[in-house]
Parts: sequence; C-alpha cells; structure tokens
Amino acid sequence: MSGETLVRVEDLRVHFPITSGVVFQRKVGAVYAVDGLTFDVLRGETLGLVGESGCGKSTTGRAILQLIRPTTGRVLYEGGDLANLKGNKLRQQRKRMQMIFQDPYASLNSRMTIGDIIGEPLLVHKMGSKAERKAKVRELLETVGINPNTLNRYPHEFSGGQRQRIGIARALAVEPNFIVCDEPISALDVSIRAQIINLLQQLQREFGLTYLFIAHDLSVVRHISDRVAVMYLGRVVELAENAVLYEQPMHPYTQALLSAVPIPDPEAEERRRPVVLTGDVPSPVEPPSGCHFHTRCPAAQDGLCDVEDPELKEVRPGHWAACHLITGGTYPHIRAGEDDLAVVAGGGEAA
Amino acid sequence: MGAVGNTLLRLTDLTVDFDSQEGTVHAVNRVSFEVAPGELVGLVGESGCGKSVTASAIIGLTGMVPNATISGRIEFMDKELLTLPENEVRAIRGRDIAMIFQDPVTSLNPVLSIERLMTEGLELHLGMSHSQAVTRSIELLGEVGIPKAANRIKDYPHQFSGGMRQRVMIAIALSCNPKLLLADEPTTALDVTIQAQILRLLKKLSREHEAAVIVITHDLGVVAGMCRNILVMYAGRIVESGPAKLLFAHPHHPYTVGLLKSVPRLNEPRRDTLQTISGLPPDLAHLPPGCSFAPRCYLATDDCWASGPELEPTDAGRLSACFHRDRLRVDSTTQEAAEVTM
Repeated sequence: MSGETLVRVEDLRVHFPITSGVVFQRKVGAVYAVDGLTFDVLRGETLGLVGESGCGKSTTGRAILQLIRPTTGRVLYEGGDLANLKGNKLRQQRKRMQMIFQDPYASLNSRMTIGDIIGEPLLVHKMGSKAERKAKVRELLETVGINPNTLNRYPHEFSGGQRQRIGIARALAVEPNFIVCDEPISALDVSIRAQIINLLQQLQREFGLTYLFIAHDLSVVRHISDRVAVMYLGRVVELAENAVLYEQPMHPYTQALLSAVPIPDPEAEERRRPVVLTGDVPSPVEPPSGCHFHTRCPAAQDGLCDVEDPELKEVRPGHWAACHLITGGTYPHIRAGEDDLAVVAGGGEAA
Repeated sequence: MGAVGNTLLRLTDLTVDFDSQEGTVHAVNRVSFEVAPGELVGLVGESGCGKSVTASAIIGLTGMVPNATISGRIEFMDKELLTLPENEVRAIRGRDIAMIFQDPVTSLNPVLSIERLMTEGLELHLGMSHSQAVTRSIELLGEVGIPKAANRIKDYPHQFSGGMRQRVMIAIALSCNPKLLLADEPTTALDVTIQAQILRLLKKLSREHEAAVIVITHDLGVVAGMCRNILVMYAGRIVESGPAKLLFAHPHHPYTVGLLKSVPRLNEPRRDTLQTISGLPPDLAHLPPGCSFAPRCYLATDDCWASGPELEPTDAGRLSACFHRDRLRVDSTTQEAAEVTM
C-alpha cells in the first residue's frame, strides 16, 4: 500500500427517480440511494465498504464503475473524471477496473461455455489473437484453481464456489488494477467462503490489485480490509484504518453495529452485550432530515442532529467520522442499558 | 439422552430419500436426537446437509412431497407422527409444533391481511371467535414488538419491512402456544442490527411461553449465544452433538473443527489466511462409501473410506461420528492447514 490515491469519489450522489403516470411520466419523488459520498481508495489496498441492506453500498460500487451513472459528483480514476466519459473513452478506462458480482448463478450467462465467458472481455477490448486469447483463458482458469481442460463446459456444471472462481477469472482477464467485489462470498456455503477469501487475497498479492470490498459481514471485512468505510442510508458515517475502526469506533452507529455481530464462541457470547437499536432503517425515499441516523441514535440531540447534516470530517489523523457529537477527540459511548436498549454512557476521550 | 417423560421430541433413525432423475437423493440419513421441553437446540450445517428437510419432516411437510420416502420414528408428546392420520397431524401442526421460515418476504401470503394471517390459526386450533382472535392477535403483535399493533392489523405484508415481517411470522408461530418451535434460518435474510433484535426476542419468548426451539442455521454465531445444545449435520447425517460450550471449545469432529476455523471472528486477532475445508460437499445422490466427510478430511485413513463411523458417545453427553476424534486438536499449530484444492 503506497498511500497514493487510485480512485477518488467526490460528493457522489445517485438518485433513482420515482415516476407516476403511464404515457407522460412525471417525477414524483426519488430514492436517495447514494447521497453525498466522499472517499479515496488507495493503490494496492482493500477498502471494505460495510452497511446494512439498502444503505447504498452496491449502488456505490456500480456508480464508481459507471454501470449506474451518478446523478451528481465525480469519480476520479488516477485523476481523470469517469463520470464525464462516454462510449469508447469510457470503454478504454473500463479495462482497468472490473467487478466481481454477488450471485455466481445469475452473473454467468448459462448459454455460454466458461471459456467464452472468461474470453469475452478480451474480445470486447480486442486483446490478442484467437490463439492468444485461448491460452490466456487457460492460464486464468489455472490461476483461480479450476482445471483448464473444463473450458468447454457450461456454468451449470460447476458448483457455486467454482462459479465464483470463474467470475473472478473473468474480472482478471483484462488485467485490471481495481476490482469492485460486491458481496463476493455471501451467496456461498460457509466451508467454501474461506477458499474464495484466500483466493482473493492471494490474487491481490500476486497482481498488485486494489479492491473495494463491499459486504455486510463485519467479521469478513475485518479479515480482508486495510481500511473500512461504514455506510448508513447513502452516506459514509465513519472511515478508518481497520484496527482503529474495530478497536475504537467513534460513530454511534458503528458502535451499535459492531456490538450486534454474533461471535461463534459461547463463552464470548455470554460476555457480549449487544446494543439493541430501536426501529428499522428508514426508507431512502424519505431519509430523515439532518443526520440520517438521528431517528435511531441514543445520543441524538434535538435541534442539532435532526436539523443539520453532519459533515464527514477527519477527527483524528486517518480517522473520518460524520457526527456532530464527536468534537475534539471526545465521542458518545454507546452501551447496552435497560432491556439492552442503546444508551449513552457519557462522552469518552479518544486515546 | 433425556429420561423418558422429560422428552418432548424424539427422532429415531429418521431417513428421508427423494427419488430424482439422478437417482435416489439421501437427504436425511438415520438422524436421531431428543429435545426436552423448553430446550433451545441449534441444528447447524451448510446448505444441502438435510437440516431443513429434517425440520419439515418433523412438522409433517416432507410427507406431502410425492417423491419422498420417509422412514424411522418421530415421537412428539408420546405420539408417533409418521404413522398418525393426516387429520390428527393437522391438529398438531401449527398448534403444538410451529415453524418460522427463512424468508419473511415470500413466506407470508401477500394477498391476505395480517389480520387474516394471524387469526386463521387461532380460530382453527383454539376455536376462538373472530373478535376474540383479533384481540389476541393485537396482543401478540405487541408482544413481538410491533408498535401500534391495533392500527396495523389491517395492513398487508408488503407494508412491513423485512424485520417487521419476521416479527409477524414469529407472532403467528407463537399464537397457539406451541410446545415446539422450528426456526429455519430465522435471521439469515435480516441485517445484523435487526438480527440482534429478533434473536433476543426468540430467546425471551421461548422462556415466557416455555416453548422448545430448534434453531436451524448455517451461522455458528447465531447459535453460540442462544442454544445450550448443538447438533452438527453434514451430508444428511448428524456428525457431532453436545453442549454448546464444550462443542465450540473442543470439537470432536473434524468437520466442526473446519467450520469453526474457516470463519473469521471479531474477538480474535486477524490471521493472514483463513483455514479452509478443501473440496466440496458431496452429491447426496452419490454419497461416497464410508464416511461422507472423508474426501475433505485431513485425518481420513483407509478405515474412513471403507466404512462409515457411527454416532457414538464420547464424554459429558456428547456424541461424535469420527474414528479419529482422539487425534483432534483445536490448536491450529498442530493441525495441517488444508490446501485449497478443487
């Protein structure tokens, strides 16, 4: 990891219009899926992006690759803005960034052989002759741990874990620098997940890849990421080095989220007191005013949190958080109170 | 083994086969276990290991599948469910045994209101009048934490969020005071903060209603904090069972060891690589002779390939189906890390 920015996201917003009417569609509202994101992905790192379903983490991944066009905001890849690029120029850039999808069943065309699936990016980008492409496909299959002699088989002949390996081989085909991994293991069986995680880490070391690793499983994100960004309703609420975020989370949402993760160890479970947040995640159609988290936050202050948008600011070097109540190194400590409901246990000093 | 009279449910050699074009699929293979009244049991395994089929056999849904063959015994409150006539099973299903399904989005009928969904069981099983049933339903919805339940009872499932729908399903399952609740991946479709709420609710309600719960899951974390006893299934068989604390601390089966080692934990230092279980779960239509786990097992010897180990007592109420359980060490330094091979 060099500390040099590879991808920079600036005030990214993706709003999906809600329309009404059959012929003349009027815009009657919007889903504020991504609502003002700013962060950097550093060259060679794995940035984990975590959050609950509907918080906009997958939309973020897609908007970075311009699979969904951002409503406003910039996505800078090595300094060049992708959001302004179209057609051939965009396609040229796409060679350098790829995606691994969540569902290995839906993301491979069932009517193509796996050789054709992995070879297609090479064909699209006009890389190599037919023989060279075939050699490359065999090499890729070997890299991801699949017998190269199976390249004429179809996806249904492979298990979920093997299909995910095929999806990874396809992403690697054009030799990208940057890969968005969108929940790459959540559709897989427990005993297969570790195989895929290890493969992703091994490929990163081998090819110097940069990952944006989108997941909802906080234990897996801790294992694989160098830095972690936590999203809530379309915004990043906290971003820090892995160890810092997991050891000393400052944002009340991050604190509650981490306490809710069950640990496969009955002894540890006896000591763990999960903080129970009241209510559900609000709808991104009508996000709460001010801080999006204030409706569930035990520390929320009337007249401040429900009115003003908190800015994502650097609270300590390399540690970013978006909360009004984090000031000068102090932050609200969230604890499980009566009935395990979240309460504030007073402000704490950051070490 | 619990004493007679202190057993709510006893499965003896439950076997479920499905006929398919690929041959006979051995979904559940001679599964035996007992559940005491009010006990919380975790049934853990990966997809296709037979845990959901076991649950649907208990509640009498597997028998409705035309290509299924069931054998063995399912004794529930001194009745043998597999030989009971359908009308008597129907009286038990939904009343004494209830089920919570994995996906709250697809398992509530979208064209019925919450009122219809809730009152159906109360009127059918408990003979309540409709107005009594509505009053009771509102109480139950309040109990599972749905705010302003009286205003929401006329709503339809799509008007509720995933977590709220799962609460509705729990309320329906609990409505007739079941003795046994089968929770099939009750939190898999939910977010982690909502999962914490639902698990807490299940634990509390099971205590208050004195209902035994079988929690079926692939997530070891879910059962670690909730269940006193754990059953681990692999390829249609129980490979290990015992009290949660002992089982998690010192597994007596290499599959359990592999499962525990392959998931990263928040309370442990980060590791460079995760330990993996090599290979894939077996095809249930073509099970290997001998131990089903042998092809993936780092301890496997010729014995394992030749004949399958029986589930035998080890110590302190624990059972394990492994010839080499004495060679197991949880300490990862003495254990060879299985390489990724496919």
